[in-house]
Formats: sequence, C-alpha cells, structure tokens
Amino acid sequence: MTRVLILTAHPNPGYSRINQRLSAMATSLSGVTVVDLYALYPSFKIDVGLEQQRLKEHDVIVFQFPVYWYSTPALLKEWQDLVLEYGFAYGDGGSYLANKLCLLAITAGGAELAYCADGANRFPIRTLLSPLEQMAGLCQMKFLPPLVLFSSHVAAKDARAEQHVAKYKQVLEALRDDQLDLPKVFEQNLLGMPMIPLLSGKGDTGGQSHG
Amino acid sequence: MDSVLLQAVIYLTAAVVAVPIASRLGLGSVLGYLIAGVIIGPVIGLVGSETSDLQHFAEFGVVMMLFIVGLELEPQSLWAMRHKLLGLGGLQVVLSVLLIAGGGVLLGLAWQVAIAVGMVFSLSSTAIVLQTLNEKNLMKSEGGASSFSVLLFQDIAVIPMLAIIPLLAMPGLSGEGGEHSGGDVEGGINLVAGLAGWQQTLLTIGAVAFVIIAGHYLSRPVFRYIARSKLPEMFTAVALLLVIGIALLMSMVGLSPALGTFLAGVVLATSEYRHELESDIEPFKGLLLGLFFITVGAGVDFGVLMENLGVVLAVTAGVMAIKALVLFFLAVVFGIKGSDRWLLFLGLAQAGEFGFVLISFCLQSAALPVELSRILLLVVALSMLLTPALFIFFEKIIQPRMVRKQTRESDEITEQGTVVIAGHGRFGQVVNRLLLANGYKTVVLDLHADLVESMRVFEVKSFYGDASRPDLLHAAGLHEADLLVVAIDDQAAALTLIDHARRERPDLHIIARAYDRRNVYQLYQSGTNDIVRETADSALRAGRYALQALGMHPVDAERAATLYVNEELKGIRQLAEVYDPDIPVAQNPRYVKLALEIKARMDTAMLSGKFPVSHEHPEEGWRPPGNTVVKE
Repeated sequence: MTRVLILTAHPNPGYSRINQRLSAMATSLSGVTVVDLYALYPSFKIDVGLEQQRLKEHDVIVFQFPVYWYSTPALLKEWQDLVLEYGFAYGDGGSYLANKLCLLAITAGGAELAYCADGANRFPIRTLLSPLEQMAGLCQMKFLPPLVLFSSHVAAKDARAEQHVAKYKQVLEALRDDQLDLPKVFEQNLLGMPMIPLLSGKGDTGGQSHG
Repeated sequence: MDSVLLQAVIYLTAAVVAVPIASRLGLGSVLGYLIAGVIIGPVIGLVGSETSDLQHFAEFGVVMMLFIVGLELEPQSLWAMRHKLLGLGGLQVVLSVLLIAGGGVLLGLAWQVAIAVGMVFSLSSTAIVLQTLNEKNLMKSEGGASSFSVLLFQDIAVIPMLAIIPLLAMPGLSGEGGEHSGGDVEGGINLVAGLAGWQQTLLTIGAVAFVIIAGHYLSRPVFRYIARSKLPEMFTAVALLLVIGIALLMSMVGLSPALGTFLAGVVLATSEYRHELESDIEPFKGLLLGLFFITVGAGVDFGVLMENLGVVLAVTAGVMAIKALVLFFLAVVFGIKGSDRWLLFLGLAQAGEFGFVLISFCLQSAALPVELSRILLLVVALSMLLTPALFIFFEKIIQPRMVRKQTRESDEITEQGTVVIAGHGRFGQVVNRLLLANGYKTVVLDLHADLVESMRVFEVKSFYGDASRPDLLHAAGLHEADLLVVAIDDQAAALTLIDHARRERPDLHIIARAYDRRNVYQLYQSGTNDIVRETADSALRAGRYALQALGMHPVDAERAATLYVNEELKGIRQLAEVYDPDIPVAQNPRYVKLALEIKARMDTAMLSGKFPVSHEHPEEGWRPPGNTVVKE
C-alpha cells in the first residue's frame, strides 16, 4: 500500500471553514497520515529530524493549505527551508524524496476568474505556484496537478464545499491504493480534477474510467 | 591599655582623614597613608619611638598581600611566567646590586659595604607597587605582569641575601644586636638555630613540603567542616590562623614569611574556597598595609634628614636613576614596549620595605656602619615616598601619549569577559551550564558547602561564599565582570547585592531572578536590567497547556500566551513606578487604580486579539490577501 502523508498548515485554524473539514475527512482515512504543522510547532521550532524521518516513511506527500500572499503560510515556508536540506532533499546524496509524488491541496479566497492575466491577481494559479513546483522538481518528486478550491470563502455556503471534500477523499484514496492513472493525470494537467482518471479494472470507488 | 587605644585613635584618625583626601586628589591611597605618617610623626610628633615596633607588626600586611597575590595565581600561570620571573627578575636584582655597589665603591665605600648597600637598594617595594597596580587596574597589563615577576623574584632573592650578608661583616664594626631583625624572626623561636647545615636544609624543605601537601589535601576537608558550621567568623578565624601559622612556620625555619604565605596562596588558588579566603583576609591586609605605610612616613627622621639633606637627595636620585636604567635596559631586551616599558621602569625604581629588613639585619651582622644605615633608611623611605608621584607622572603624562601609539600596534588580547553567577541552585545551575557550554567564563558563588563540593565532582567550577557580602563579590571579580546573574533565594540579600553592584559598577548588566511581583518591583527600582520571575514562565506554559486541554488549537494558545506576556510585562513596568515598599499594595491607591486599568486593558487586548471567530467579519485580523471575493 502506498503511504500518504498530508502536511497541513493553517495559521488561523479558528478561521478555517474548508481546511478543517478537509483535514477531518483525511484523518478518518486509513493509511493516510495527517500532520497539523501549526499545532505541532506553534512557536516555529521545527523538529527537522522528525520531519525528515516522516518524509522517508511516506510515498506521497500532500501539502494542504490556504493560499497566503500567493504562497504558503509562513510556517510551511519555514518547514521547506529547514527540512528540505541539502544532502537530504537535493544535492549530494540528497535523494530521499526522489520519485515520491507531490500534491498541493489548496484553497484560494479569490475566484478562479481572478487568477488570469485580466483578473485581479493577474497570473494563473499554476504560475503563482511555480516555486513549489520547482521545489518538487529539485527534490526529484513528481509534481501532480494541484487540487484547488477557488472562492473558498463562499464555498462553505454553497454545495461546492461538500463536492470538494468528496473529491479530495477520492483522490487521497486513489493515491493510497495506487489507482490513479498517472500518465493520464499529467496528460490532462487538470487543476480541479473534474474527472479523476483512475486505473481501469480495480476501482472500487466508482471512478470515471469504468465507463 | 590607654596608650594602646590612644595610638590606635591617632593612627586611625590620620588614615581616615588623609587617605580619602589623597584618593580624591588622584594621588592613590599609598601616598595618603605615607603623608598621614609624615604628619603624625616627624611633623607634629604625636608618635615616634614605637614606630619601628609597629612597623614589624605592620609588615604582616605585606605577608597577607602576598598570600592574596598567591591566591590569584594558579600554579599553571606561575609556571607560565617562569622565564620572566627568572630572566627579568634575576637580571634586575643582579645588575642593580652590581651597579649600585660599583657606585658605592667609586664614592669610597669598602667593597663589602658597597655590596650590602647594593642589595638593600636592589629590592623594590612590593607593598606600594602591587597596591598601586591593583588600585589602577594595571595588574593585567604587560607592564604590570612584568613588574609582578620582578617583585616576586626580589622577594625570593631576600633569602640568599640574608645568607650572604653575614659573610660581608666588616672586622671594624661591632654588631648592633639591639635592633630587631624585622618580620623574619617572630617571637624568637628558631628551629634551625643550633642545627648543622644539612639539617637546616632538610627542615626547610620539609616545612615547604608540609605547606604544599597540607594545603592540597587537608585544606578542603577543614574548610568544608568550618563551612558547615555556618558561622562566618569561624571562616575568618581559620583564614587568619592559616596565614599567621604559615608565617610563623616559615620564620621558624628561617624563610621569608611573605614567601611562605605566597606559596600557600598558590596552593590554595585552585580551591573552591579561594574567594571566601581572599575576602576574609582582604580587610586585614588593607589595614595592616595602611599601617605599614603610615609607619614608613612616621619613621622619617627629620633631624638626620636635615643634617644630610644633600647626600640623601643625591643618593636617592642616584639609586632611582640606576634602577630605572637597569629596568629600561631589561625592558628593551625583553621586548616590552610603549607604556608598559614606562610602567616597569618608573614603577620599580624605588627601594622597598625589605630594604628596612636588610638594613637592620646588616647592622646585626656588622655589615654596615650605623651612620650610613641612618642615611640608607632615609633613602629607602624617601624613594618610597616618591613612588606614588612617579605613578601619577606615568598616569597623567605617559599613558595619554602612549594611547595613540598602542592602538596602532596589534591589540593585546585581554581576558575573555566573565560572568559572575550568585547562587548555584536549581536556577543558577541552568544559567551557568548554558553559558559554559557556549564558552563563557563564569565565577559561581554559593552558600551551600555541600553543593559546591558536589558541583566539583561534575567539574563545575564554583566557590563557597555569601554572595551578598560586598568583599566577596569584589573578590569574585565584580569590577572586571561583564555580567552579573543573581539567582540567590534570599530576597533581601539579593537586593543588597544588586544595590552594591549597581553602585560599584553603574555600567554592569545585571540579570536577576525574582520571587514574585513585589520582588520584581524592588528589583526594577534597584536598577536590574533583566528580571525573570522564577515561576512565571513555567506557569505560563501550564496555562498554555490548559488552554489546549480545553480544546484551543495550539497555535491559538501560543498566541494567547504571547499576548498575555506582552501585556503583563507592560503592566508590571508601569506598576513598578507606583509601587511603594512601605505601603501594602492593596492600600496604595495609585497602585490599585493602575492595576485595575491594566487588568481592563489586558481583557480587551485578549478579546480583540482573538482571531476572528465571527464569520460576519472575516476581514478582521488574519486576512489572507488575494481574497477579493468576486461575485460569480
């Protein structure tokens, strides 16, 4: 079984409406480890050894966070700076993360429309996330297309939140059970993954590829 | 009895009047004592005949001073300075004796007498020079350290000189047995008198070995036993007993008592009771040394001086010039540069108190004519009187000019900054370990002999002593320290300590542990820089755990605690302003009013500081950017 690690980072958990639900759902899945970085390191004193050990023990690394200033929350950046060391994540002898899968599960306050050349945020979200994509690249990880929930403020009030949680669950389970059709995923380069490409024949979650 | 009291009153009055004035005028305490002596002696004639008896008693000040010097010198550092000691000190003595004796022969003295004179003048004044160097903080400079080596060698050289002088006896002179031979033979017990040479040597070596071995192995159990009695005066008694006992032992085997106690000091320099010993002996040393300087001043014989004024002045000038030249030459040879060179040859140009001892010994041994000895005594006294003036010349004229020159040369690496930690209990220990682990030098003081003892087992250097005693604090290096950490349990003692430290060192950084809020206020008012309440941080953590246990997310609990600390520290600082130690806080209206205001402020801050829980106002507080809600 593929071991899935979810690193969540929300600096203000009391304010979170979506990420709390996503984490709660993920925690209930067997074979999935959920780590709340802000709960573990409220004073930003990261245990680098422990974090690296945890990374070694998992095959899929999911970063789940709300987008802050077009980037990760501060603690997750600190985590990157300290944990992804030379000799561990990259550089000479640093191949502990090689071939692991890397997924971003993010929520953005702005609407998808705002993330384009003409929109308020001027860049597509995928472009804004390129530092993280390159981080995965340098660490020889396979960067999956990110799973994004736009307009997360209002999502709680409509049905999209429910849908998003379900979709996240499906993706996590597919990753855990090696059911994700990776070539198709990369080929589709899907953002929100409206249709999740699962491997044919084995699916027990009723994916699209049955058809 | 009455006359003893009267003498004491005269001497003490003279000291109390003259020394503070001299210090205020920047002349140093030594000159103050000397002037006081001149005034009560030759000028107004209050004291006279008894000065030489008193002088022998007062020479104990020199003995105690060398004990303290020894305490500050660990055996390794003594070993490290052996080249200077032998080279610089040895050459100084030999060259001075030869040149002065040569001068004497040229002036028509018999060569035996000339050599005796040379030996008398070759010695410098350990008492004046060390006291002055300490007062002016020059001991650690190269010039100070070199001066010390020379002085130490001179004190050692007294022993062979005492052996040589009887050989110089002139057939024409009869021994002046009436004069007492000074501090060397106290009470008349002499163990070596009737013995053969080899027996004497054996006994002498035995005595020295006894001091070293007993000092090393016996002292600790004895000190520990005394420390457990918790009677501070017992410690003082033991310290005095130690110094006087060793001085007596050394006199009995014919060695210099000063040298014996110096040796004992070196042996005890590694002891954890060192600071306590030092601070117990220090006041006695200071008083006796002061008394000694007064007797030097009082002993100036104006009658003889007036009769031979020209000769005395000429000889004094000649001797000081020769000694200064020898020292200047040696300073050049040994590569001592700049102001250090000046310090060495100006500081040691005088003759010293051992000169008095040698002169009376020479008289006894019939090596000097009586008339000449009177003049020699005056020369020694006059040169000692002039020494403080030379130091002032050095300080006011030489040093300022050298400063620019010296900064151009590479800076001498001075000792690494030290930290004095008062109290090595559960609090002080942690501070000490963290500092030591980071390579800082610490001096730890603690009142519990058992603790000090057990710390030693774990290779932590700590010293027994009551840190609230100003003298002990001084001995621990308050004046050189960069930082003082006060972690003693006794709040009153801690405040006394801090008040004293702040008075002595307005620039010192002081960190103190407080017992409670009231203690915090007192510490603020005493000028403590950083105050740590002993339980506040742990209580805060317990509070944070409590918030988490009640379901608050750790990061929210952390923020609440941080906010609380910030607000509370602000409040405490304000409350410290209105706190009055004489009024209970509940009866202090200004305090109560302010405390209530601060409480209200704290409550508001905690509420508004909470991250927006209300979904109606998501823009408050922690608002991520890029969240412009675009209506779909």
